[in-house]
Amino acid sequence: MSSISMTVNGKTVSGEVEGRTLLSQFLREDLLLTGTHIGCDTSQCGACSVHVDGKLVKGCTMLAVEADGAAVTTIEGMANEDGSLSIIQAAFQEHHGLQCGFCTPGMVMATDSLLKSNSDPSEAEIRKHLSGNICRCTGYHNIIKSIQAAASQLG
Amino acid sequence: MHNFDFEKPSTVADAVAALASEDAQALAGGQTLIPTLKQRLAAPSKLVSLTGIADLQGISHSDGVLTIGAATTHVEVAAGGYGSLSVLAGNIGDPAVRNRGTIGGSLANNDPSADYPAAVLATGATINTNARSIKADDFFDGIFTTALEEGEIITSVAFPIPEASCYEKFEQPASRFALVGVCVAKMAGGVRVAVTGASEEGVHRWREAETALNANFSADAIADLSVSADGLISDLHGTPKYRANLVKVLTARAVANC
Ligand SMILES: Cc1cc2nc3c(=O)[nH]c(=O)nc-3n(C[C@H](O)[C@H](O)[C@H](O)COP(=O)(O)OP(=O)(O)OC[C@H]3O[C@@H](n4cnc5c(N)ncnc54)[C@H](O)[C@@H]3O)c2cc1C
Ligand code: FES
Ligand code: FES
Repeated sequence: MSSISMTVNGKTVSGEVEGRTLLSQFLREDLLLTGTHIGCDTSQCGACSVHVDGKLVKGCTMLAVEADGAAVTTIEGMANEDGSLSIIQAAFQEHHGLQCGFCTPGMVMATDSLLKSNSDPSEAEIRKHLSGNICRCTGYHNIIKSIQAAASQLG
Repeated sequence: MHNFDFEKPSTVADAVAALASEDAQALAGGQTLIPTLKQRLAAPSKLVSLTGIADLQGISHSDGVLTIGAATTHVEVAAGGYGSLSVLAGNIGDPAVRNRGTIGGSLANNDPSADYPAAVLATGATINTNARSIKADDFFDGIFTTALEEGEIITSVAFPIPEASCYEKFEQPASRFALVGVCVAKMAGGVRVAVTGASEEGVHRWREAETALNANFSADAIADLSVSADGLISDLHGTPKYRANLVKVLTARAVANC
């Protein structure tokens, strides 16, 4: 077992993990942050997407020990301080960017990483950025609309 | 996944020492190795992370050679503005894969459909390890096999900068790996053409096309060549014949876009 500590959504946390413990598993099972979803557990679907030191990663494809000392952000850290939905989250709600919602935490994390590096993405750029995030419900059109709406609001 | 110990050394020497213990394996971005461990296709007793070693990071450029540290991520190469190499890196997998995956990991793994091996072979790059330097022509040794010895670590890859180059990838849309990918590079010593995704032997050069393109560097020059389907990969995404056709089509496109 290894002792690790990191900040998750701004709070310092620590724990004891095995070498093989995945970051997604540590977040969900040790920290009880179950907003990070496990869709495939095979690096394909992006439901487990989180940010590590500001970079989008698949939580199921990174070891918890590898995040030792890092700053991690999950979907639980995306809402505004007062608990209201962030602009990206509200845009997904407003434009029907989700149906069952299973992919949504990953979609929101991917969107946030896109808009931080490209404030006015084209549809093609949005689709390319989402290539690692799979949605079984929406057909993506409303996800694209949601992201375009969020982009124009964030300016 | 079976359990393992984890070490994160900060020097190449410490990593080599850590890898000397039985069943130890290097871990770079983990974008291939972690899925492999989950499938229990490998069961190392210890993983040695290479991501804390400063000497394996970064990109430098001098005397017509671009040297990329083995633990440099795909996103860093994509962002560097290194022509077709950056385009190649920017089309590997998806953003999350590019944020973690590294050039050294891709080359050590030598997946028959991976992108980097095509650029390395087409430019005749040199793979530097903790022990020696290996020419691209001697490095790739059939699918998932390379000239690397047990415990040997790639430290950097040195690319001679081509006069012109282009990588054309026909994406397998589910995995985004190359169904076929062709890299054409005009080097000081002549044109080199490397093909990935097509052969059961992994990445390889298309020498007939190189000869034709050395005589006349235009897409027309390969119009009369044909690619044999023998030994090409057959799977649900494409037959050997389909792949053989793609090799030619993509080579012509790469030449036209060079
Ligand atoms: C969803 C998805 C899509 C992908 N799409 C593509 C694609 O389109 N094109 C493509 O080319 N690849 C693709 N990949 C693979 C990706 O590029 C990997 O990052 C890469 O193959 C391995 O690099 P890594 O740093 O993650 O290596 P790891 O997974 O950490 O290691 C892979 C192997 O290399 C060894 N190794 C790592 N570094 C070194 C070193 N410096 N010296 C010696 N041995 C080393 C490890 O021991 C291991 O055996 C994809 C992966 C995923 C999950
Ligand atoms: S659960 Fe991690 S990519 Fe699907
Ligand atoms: S809303 Fe159901 S998977 Fe995307």
